[in-house]
Amino acid sequence: MDLAPLYLSLKLAFVTTVVLVIVAAPLTYLLVYIRFAGKSLFEALLTLPMVLPPTVLGFYLLLVMTPQGNIGRFWKAVTGVPLIFTFSGIVLASLVYSLPFAIQPMKAAFEKIDRRLLESAYVLGLSPLSTFFRVIIPNAVNGLAASAILVFIHTLGEFGVILMVGGSIPGETKVASIAIYEAVEALRYRDAAMMCLVLVPISYLFLLLIDRLTRRRIYGT
Amino acid sequence: MELNISIRKKLPHFDLDVSFSCRKSRLLALVGPSGAGKTTIIRIVAGLDRPDEGRITYNGEVWVDTDKNIFLPPQERHLGYVFQEYTLFPHLTVARNVAFSADNNEDVPSLLQRFNIWHLKDRKPDKISGGERQRCAICQAIARRPRLLLLDEPFSALDAVTRQNLRQEVRKLKRELSIPVIHVTHDISEALYLGDDVLPMVGGRIVRKWMVQFMLKGRSQERERFTKKMDGYGSRDRRDLSVLYDSLEVMQ
Repeated sequence: MDLAPLYLSLKLAFVTTVVLVIVAAPLTYLLVYIRFAGKSLFEALLTLPMVLPPTVLGFYLLLVMTPQGNIGRFWKAVTGVPLIFTFSGIVLASLVYSLPFAIQPMKAAFEKIDRRLLESAYVLGLSPLSTFFRVIIPNAVNGLAASAILVFIHTLGEFGVILMVGGSIPGETKVASIAIYEAVEALRYRDAAMMCLVLVPISYLFLLLIDRLTRRRIYGT
Repeated sequence: MELNISIRKKLPHFDLDVSFSCRKSRLLALVGPSGAGKTTIIRIVAGLDRPDEGRITYNGEVWVDTDKNIFLPPQERHLGYVFQEYTLFPHLTVARNVAFSADNNEDVPSLLQRFNIWHLKDRKPDKISGGERQRCAICQAIARRPRLLLLDEPFSALDAVTRQNLRQEVRKLKRELSIPVIHVTHDISEALYLGDDVLPMVGGRIVRKWMVQFMLKGRSQERERFTKKMDGYGSRDRRDLSVLYDSLEVMQ
């Protein structure tokens, strides 16, 4: 069995998870605590990748990521290499694709925090930024972890979007899900089965972990 | 040290319109039925809500002046606020809650000892009782050496014995802290026990000012005097006021 696609999948999932948790936390703060015009439109836009067919999302990403597209051109100007059909390209696509999966559990965790805790922090002299780091984040740790795990397994299972913007370049964009598909196409069922056998327990274990983390903890008496 | 307040705010069922002042080492109790606007007043004093109109000054420093568009955020008012319940940080131990914004960390052990929660210092808030949590909340509020202390029904969720113990502690505390203290309660006996001045409130208005040291003798005259003023109030407010006066007379 070729382990490179599995390794690439794990690497992609890891990078996407780290970046998304950092990006999603302030976005979620914005959605939960700040009032602004067009908030529901903004939120729906961020959630859109969750409901769009991956090929549709992949198609639009492909358009903007080619050297003629806005993002592709910008990327080439800054780094000197194209974005499309590269590892960086599939990272960017995964970020967009998994963003709603990062935001949803975080949002639930932030909403569970009693507003009076934040007011108490303000009265105690904390700025909103310090309150974010010293009160909100520590009390949403489980939600953050659930986000991270969900993003990780969601990225492991990504197929359509990567196929659109990454293709299948061994060692660069050929992740496990694509390698499995190709193995089946080539009637190499044994290879496909081996990789599937690795992915299923990983995903299952992570799901169990999420369940543990998000189970409600009650402020007892 | 004196806090001066004169504010108006439109609330869903009535208009809040109050003016009063509070001097250092004195405890001012706002007493009235729930929904009289008491909590809104101290939230405005703390900077958690804004009045529609009005002015709040502390020692000449302007905290709020709607005419001049001045609003000092809660972070800059440097006050202590004890909420009704559940505002300790659940992820921190008792000691770290108290030290959270302590002016000087060396104060923390003595405060914990004074309020009898030293033995709980390493526990999280969900592992201690309601009374212990409120002791911790009081320590947290005074650890930063506030310029003003606000108490919003801090004992209402406690059982009678715990409540009485904590009242005694707050009574001692107010003498030691030489800052103004505002205490909100719906319990008139608590107001008279703790307060130097008591402001009975109904429907967003302060009815009059009771100076506790003078009024304990002549309660019936107080009622008589007041009955004459009742005309200005609506039927619901009158009923609330009668209840307030009844409980005043029942008290020994």
